[in-house]
Amino acid sequence: MDQPAALSRDLIGRESEVIVFEVERGAIRKFAEAVQDQTPECLRGDVAPPTFPTTFRMTIPGLTYDLARVLHGAQEYRYERPLRAGDRVRCRFRVADIYQRKGRLGEMSFLILAMEGTDESGNPVFTGTTTAILR
Amino acid sequence: MTGPVLSMRHDLASGSVLPDLRKPPITKLQLVKYAGASGDYNLIHTDDETARTVGLDGVIAHGMLSMGFLGEYLCWLAGPESVRRLSVRFHEMVRPGDTLTCRGRVKERTTGTDGSRLQLEVWAENQRAERVTVGEAEVQI
Repeated sequence: MDQPAALSRDLIGRESEVIVFEVERGAIRKFAEAVQDQTPECLRGDVAPPTFPTTFRMTIPGLTYDLARVLHGAQEYRYERPLRAGDRVRCRFRVADIYQRKGRLGEMSFLILAMEGTDESGNPVFTGTTTAILR
Repeated sequence: MTGPVLSMRHDLASGSVLPDLRKPPITKLQLVKYAGASGDYNLIHTDDETARTVGLDGVIAHGMLSMGFLGEYLCWLAGPESVRRLSVRFHEMVRPGDTLTCRGRVKERTTGTDGSRLQLEVWAENQRAERVTVGEAEVQI
């Protein structure tokens, strides 16, 4: 397989569309069961576990890479409040930064993605920052 | 259930060690369930053959699964309504058969208009006491 080209810094600032995700009770329960999360509110499907925003998957135009070459380096979430069953969250992803660095495995690209979730009136609910390492 | 663990503790200050939460061993079935529940279908987590093509011995757990354990840890400590931040780095790979334990310590206690907040140091360590996922968190108490 060819070595993939390093990610272009031209992608910085590029955004996904805004997508509205509905937080479904069944999806919360399935997620809590997979994590074996014993929090009663989560097992009942009332309140989403803190890492639930990872289920909101979106693409950014022009940003493609080989999934098998991606390492998840770091992740942050900040919350105004927890997500609850029935919430409709407006989400958007943005390429916050891209840089190259030499590591143990050779030249690697670091991709920083910022995620924002608001309620339907635009009030912030959570933000997320993903650091992905492409080797 | 008597409510969040920390609601009983009024003595928490900088340096206080938090109770730990031991998770059951990670299984391949759990990784398949997590792939489905999270939407992360990267086959390095569920297919040994794919994992080997990228130089791994076999499947590795999703980093987000260990972060999910830390999320549960915060809910257990403070209640799901009180989690304000969780930030982690994925240091070491986690494999099926590994048993993770969530641990933490109070870094700082701050008091504001909306009550007290605790800045925590949290991490998940494996059965060899290696810190696989390490981070910081903030909860309201």
